Amino acid sequence: MLLIKDLHASVDGKEILRGINLHIRRGEVHAIMGPNGSGKSTLASVLAGDERFQVTSGEVLFEGESLLQKKIEERARKGIFLGFQYPVEIPGVSNANFMKAAVAERRRAMGLEPLSASEFLKLMKQKAILVSLDPKFLSRAVNEGFSGGEKKKNEIFQMAMLEPELSILDETDSGLDIDALRIVATGVTKLHNEQNSTIVITHYQRLLDYIVPDFVHVLYKGRIIKTGDKELALKLEKEGYDWLIKDFEK
Amino acid sequence: MMNNTTLIDKIDNEDYEYGFQTDIETETIPKGLSEDVIKILSAKKSEPEWMLEMRLRAFRHWKKLKNPQWGHLDIPEIDFDDIIYYAAPKRKTTIEGELDPELKRTFDRLGVPVEEQMALAGYAVDAVMDSESVRTTFQKTLSEKGIIFCPISEAIRNFPELIKKYMGSVVSYADNFYSALNAAVFSDGSFCYIPKGVRCPMELSTYFRINASGTGQFERTLIVADEGSYVSYLEGCTAPRRDENQLHAAVVEIIVEKDAEVKYSTVQNWYPGDKNGHGGIYNFVTKRGLVMENARLSWTQVETGSAITWKYPSCVLKGDNSYGEFYSVALTNNYQQADTGTKMIHIGSNSRSRIISKGISAGYSQNSYRGMVRVAPGATGVQNYSQCDSLLIGSKCGAHTFPVIDVGNNTAKVEHEATTSKISDEQLMYLRQRGISEEDAVGMIVGGYAREVLRNLPMEFAVEAQNLLSLSLEGTVG
Repeated sequence: MLLIKDLHASVDGKEILRGINLHIRRGEVHAIMGPNGSGKSTLASVLAGDERFQVTSGEVLFEGESLLQKKIEERARKGIFLGFQYPVEIPGVSNANFMKAAVAERRRAMGLEPLSASEFLKLMKQKAILVSLDPKFLSRAVNEGFSGGEKKKNEIFQMAMLEPELSILDETDSGLDIDALRIVATGVTKLHNEQNSTIVITHYQRLLDYIVPDFVHVLYKGRIIKTGDKELALKLEKEGYDWLIKDFEK
Repeated sequence: MMNNTTLIDKIDNEDYEYGFQTDIETETIPKGLSEDVIKILSAKKSEPEWMLEMRLRAFRHWKKLKNPQWGHLDIPEIDFDDIIYYAAPKRKTTIEGELDPELKRTFDRLGVPVEEQMALAGYAVDAVMDSESVRTTFQKTLSEKGIIFCPISEAIRNFPELIKKYMGSVVSYADNFYSALNAAVFSDGSFCYIPKGVRCPMELSTYFRINASGTGQFERTLIVADEGSYVSYLEGCTAPRRDENQLHAAVVEIIVEKDAEVKYSTVQNWYPGDKNGHGGIYNFVTKRGLVMENARLSWTQVETGSAITWKYPSCVLKGDNSYGEFYSVALTNNYQQADTGTKMIHIGSNSRSRIISKGISAGYSQNSYRGMVRVAPGATGVQNYSQCDSLLIGSKCGAHTFPVIDVGNNTAKVEHEATTSKISDEQLMYLRQRGISEEDAVGMIVGGYAREVLRNLPMEFAVEAQNLLSLSLEGTVG
């Protein structure tokens, strides 16, 4: 589904990604871990098409098509979803209207007719229940006055609405208490199936108790320095990154 | 080369979709402003002698005045002798009394329902082309309730007592330079009278269209809501796309008697000029309402057009417990300039007012809010709340606020809040990551920002206004 070859990217002339190679197949869950500043969020932003980053070399193929020339919204319509670490507020724009526009774009890209108002309303309610989002948030302005947990739940709700092929969840667990973490993680698990793929960027292994990864990658100084399975995450939780970094610096 | 030019023309035309000109025969009088011109104008409208006298008095006063300079505006010198003060379609109706087909096509294209059977339920129109009203719908239906809704030219002939009583009672000819000019040369506009205790069963609206080149349009509207009555009134306006600047100087007066309520909404979409600031309408307008005991007046305006806007719809809250509202969205793009706001003059005790102003500046435009809240010494228990927000798109435009608060009574409670913000890259990134194009994302953010104002408009116009905001911002990103 996603093939990243020797990807280099920088911001303001400073190189952050220094040769990422990654292959993600349909139905897989990949976790990306690593110390602060290793380039995890940059990788997510670059895959989404954030124009603040410059790709200096390398290639990214999504479903066999080159991704890097495509605009943010074109990538989104093809089924790439980014769950933001810090979802922004859009005052005065209701969640429902926002999602109506977004779902219409996604459906149009897939060659589908827009949903009728009643079909859309039904879908929204159903997905809100699936991810345990109180339906009262649907009529409220996007993220405005939402708590940290509600913002993250809203991200997962949007993911449920858009049914992406590839979801990239950037520190979805940050700032959540144990209960909110369980709700958000359970939502993600429910949405995962054999037909889609998920990249989970996280600092903590606790999220991976719910979302069990097929692969765990450790990112350090813009490169993947280690790939393993779920056991690697457990080892990192216990021992930290130092042993890996020492190996790498040698 | 040919193809390129055509493409550019097409894009420019699409930016302002009402920029077409109607090809009809127009009767005009020679350029210039003099007592003779005013006499011709008055004769064209078959006015009584007293009206001509009022015009001449205003004109003599105007000659002593100077163009106001206090706005945060760069107004090029206007040669008032280079303007045609009267232009009207030669043929308004066919022999059968139907609206002339070419005029009908024009208003159809503008989306203005000039045929009653075509109209949305509950929506009466007075359609003004250049200096003359060409069609007023539902007059008969309304008159059954005693409501008068007609061109002001007609009202001067048919209801002289009402006109003498109310015209100039809220905005005197001596009020300012443009009110004096308007009182001297006003052409057409609407007159509405809602009798005591009557709730007007439909929205009343006037649509102003400038068509002829080289002309000025001098709208005059007078709305009288008698005791305990209610009316909602809507005004719209457009003009062809031209290189020249044209002047639209209007006076709108509203009298809201005891216990009555008037809602006045404007969607102002005059031709704004091209991307380089050539052409466009100068929109210099004086709008004011007199609000008596327990009465309410609500102004809502969506200002997206005009090269220069100078406009301050105001409320004189004369009666005790009266209430005034001003909701405004003013959007400027390219080289547009707007200096707009309101005055709330509290004379009655326990009078209240609310001001919500949302400025949006893009391109190289300058957008100013100018407001005054004044509490007279004898007015006790007055309350005002003002909120002035500015939104900037890009870094070459300007947003300014000039609020004046003048409180003469220490029982008043006056609050003022102001914010300035920009559309952030993070907001655009967020919406685009969900599949929404950059232009749609800007439109959505701006619509959300203006929502508190837009929701005050009658339903169908709220949708139109939201689209207009998005359309006016095309080309501001990327």
